[in-house]
Amino acid sequence: MLTLNCPYCGVNADETDLHGEGEAHLKRHGPGSSDDEFHDYLFQRQNPKGVHFERWRHIYGCGKFFHAARCTATLQVFGTYSAQTLEPPQAIKDTITAARPGWSWGDFS
Amino acid sequence: MSNAVSALQGAVAPGEVTVREGGLQGMITLRGDLSHAKLKSACKAVTGAAFPAVGQATMNGDNALAWMSPDEILILVPHTDTAAAIAKIDKALKGQHYLAENLSDARALIFVEGTYSREVMAKLAPVDLHPSTFQPGDFRRTRLGQVAAAFWMKDDDTFAVICFRSVADYTFKSLAAAAKGGAVGHF
Ligand SMILES: [Zn+2]
Repeated sequence: MLTLNCPYCGVNADETDLHGEGEAHLKRHGPGSSDDEFHDYLFQRQNPKGVHFERWRHIYGCGKFFHAARCTATLQVFGTYSAQTLEPPQAIKDTITAARPGWSWGDFS
Repeated sequence: MSNAVSALQGAVAPGEVTVREGGLQGMITLRGDLSHAKLKSACKAVTGAAFPAVGQATMNGDNALAWMSPDEILILVPHTDTAAAIAKIDKALKGQHYLAENLSDARALIFVEGTYSREVMAKLAPVDLHPSTFQPGDFRRTRLGQVAAAFWMKDDDTFAVICFRSVADYTFKSLAAAAKGGAVGHF
């Protein structure tokens, strides 16, 4: 069972209190983008075995979206952080580096 | 003007842990900037309760304030005082970006009272209710069985539960069944 700490409520929320909201840090391509960019924005997703960044929503709690960094293979949670950011905080990246040296995900490492 | 009736009209499931509907309860949802001094003082003015910290409910008799989310406070006042309380908030927050809405009759209030009330709640909610982590004044939005609910501890033996009116019957019966099932002896 996955337990994530909601960065807004501060509670350790059980997976059944939450709703998965897909991959984190997507860059939106809308009007004016090329067909390829728009296609990738809509359909191309990472599916790593290991370090992954996701959006979750504390749907039975405060209702807010937040970010989570975790390992898809072991369910180890590296941390959760605010939705109001374009990239993971350095502290989260440092935690991942300590546990998974040499990791990379999208533009982050 | 029609007569307001509560969802379960005061239903009681008596026992060592009693489940009791709280009857008519004024409930106001207030959304806005919770750090704003005028919003905080308006909350205090209508309830007499201190402004709650994150994850807390503060009480003054049957009045209460509960932290619902980073931009939402639940205000409990007597059912008959709800309109006056909203008018007071509207006056205090005039010109601010906020929303104050009377949701009294959209919801139900249920009390779970008795020695092992903590265990009755723990049977239905995915929440760590151990005395070392959940105490009177602590407030939590979560699910009870299959429905959304919020609850807080009024005192060592009493939980107050809020759910949507449409699922009041389910929530009441789930709590009553959990109470009837007896103590687990875990806590
Ligand atoms: Zn939350």
